[in-house]
Amino acid sequence: MGQAAHIIRKEFKSYFVSPIAYIVITIFLLVTGWFFFTTFFLHNQANLRYFFALLPITFSFVIPAITMRLFSEELNVGSYETLLTMPVTFSDVVMGKFIAALAFVSTMLVPTLSYPIMVSFLGQLDWGPVIGGYLGALLLASAFCAIGLFASSLTRNQIIAYIIAVAICFALTLIDKMLFFLPQSLLGLLEYVGADFHFKNISKGVIDSRDILYFLSVTFLALYAAHLARQDSDQ
Amino acid sequence: MIHVEDLSKYYHDLCAVDHVNLDIHKGEILALLGPNGAGKTTTLRMLTGFVKPTTGSIRVKDYTIENDVLEIKKLLGYLPESAPLYHEMLVYDYLEFVADIRDLTGEGKFARLRHLADLCGLTEVMHRPIGELSKGFKQRVGLAHAMMNDPEILILDEPTSGLDPNQIIEIRDIIKEIGTEKTVILSTHILSEAEATCDRVVIINRGRIAADSSTESLKESTGDKSLVHLTIAHADFDQVKAHLGGIAGVSDLAEIPRNKGDKARDVLELNLTCQSKGDIRGDIYQKIKETDWILLELYQETRSLENIFRELTTEN
Repeated sequence: MGQAAHIIRKEFKSYFVSPIAYIVITIFLLVTGWFFFTTFFLHNQANLRYFFALLPITFSFVIPAITMRLFSEELNVGSYETLLTMPVTFSDVVMGKFIAALAFVSTMLVPTLSYPIMVSFLGQLDWGPVIGGYLGALLLASAFCAIGLFASSLTRNQIIAYIIAVAICFALTLIDKMLFFLPQSLLGLLEYVGADFHFKNISKGVIDSRDILYFLSVTFLALYAAHLARQDSDQ
Repeated sequence: MIHVEDLSKYYHDLCAVDHVNLDIHKGEILALLGPNGAGKTTTLRMLTGFVKPTTGSIRVKDYTIENDVLEIKKLLGYLPESAPLYHEMLVYDYLEFVADIRDLTGEGKFARLRHLADLCGLTEVMHRPIGELSKGFKQRVGLAHAMMNDPEILILDEPTSGLDPNQIIEIRDIIKEIGTEKTVILSTHILSEAEATCDRVVIINRGRIAADSSTESLKESTGDKSLVHLTIAHADFDQVKAHLGGIAGVSDLAEIPRNKGDKARDVLELNLTCQSKGDIRGDIYQKIKETDWILLELYQETRSLENIFRELTTEN
């Protein structure tokens, strides 16, 4: 895993070399801040429920923008060949890129910690759901980063990678809101597949092993799919 | 050192490399030569483990590519075609990243970075982004990347493409210097390059090996015929033909048509085709000495790599 650590460092650093990092962070903070605070005083409740409720939708647009370049750029420039002919395994590369993206999302979430701190001055803030919310946000981010990484491994075109990743993340977020169109027999299964359903549970402060398991398995499946996609591409 | 057996690669129905057998020994500088699309790059990619062969096996030292790819990668330094690197990174950051991946640490790492910067002439661009460098400098960064771990086997895919003549000579010198102790495999379609740097030439055409021998013996293998070029002044073609035609081994004698402007000069250019393998230049000289012609030029054409390459890669 020593090699993966070097790749994490390199990828994480290269986020901040390009302007993408700052643009994405700014947009993320603007969107979440605006939607949270426009209704915050109307609700007149000292909690972060509406902040977390919006997070899956925001993530499903923002995270693909972070992950789209991870493989696509390398495939396009050809540096993928230089990287893979150094003594690294493919899992070093995938883990390195995945953890770097996750670390970047975590960095992006750090400024939002000012919301609960500020809210706690305004009223009696229950810290349970806040901690659960941030834990859920990290799990959700890991699932979406893995999906984005998978989409990026499919193509050398970053825009296509972005669109594929948004489509998958958006579908996972919205699936449990579409359930009333669907036959009864599928409900239980589809509800379980939806990311928003599991995220809602955690962000209420209820930390259930089933929800954690869901996010971890989505992460694992997507990373494994990226592995298969690269193995199969005959490169 | 490297043992390649029955190596093939198909991209769907397209056969890129077709049952190649190759043994590469320690300390050789080997050129893979071939026209575009001959399978040079694919062969090199299979040697580095980047592309999986469809059939066949590759052994490097005691490692096989199926089981010990990681060990083989540690022995290799590889520069892909046109040196694809991370454009946004600084040269120094990139080389340090490579050094980290190659498990260099501490003082050894910095010493190596300094040495490579000197060797590849990178000192002045160390703190510029790779994307802003000219092609020649990118190529040098790629070379430094490939040599980071002082590899036993250095594989270079078209190392001099896109460089100016001075840079080409510099890179050739570097390759020769490394080649004194390491094994170097390079691919090229520039024949003079193979001639200038390599001990051994493997010509690939349509995925198959068309020729494999040392650069010297490839040039010496002139086939059955040899050609002697002759320029004589104050002579008449018919006279010359009668006089020189009698030399043992001469099978044909042809005048080379001259430019109109040269007509005024009393100069005759001839090609003598010789059947025998021996050198008949001495005999020709002795014959000409008997006459009062003036011998301006006499040389035996060595088969240039260009000719061999053309012959081998354009059949039917």
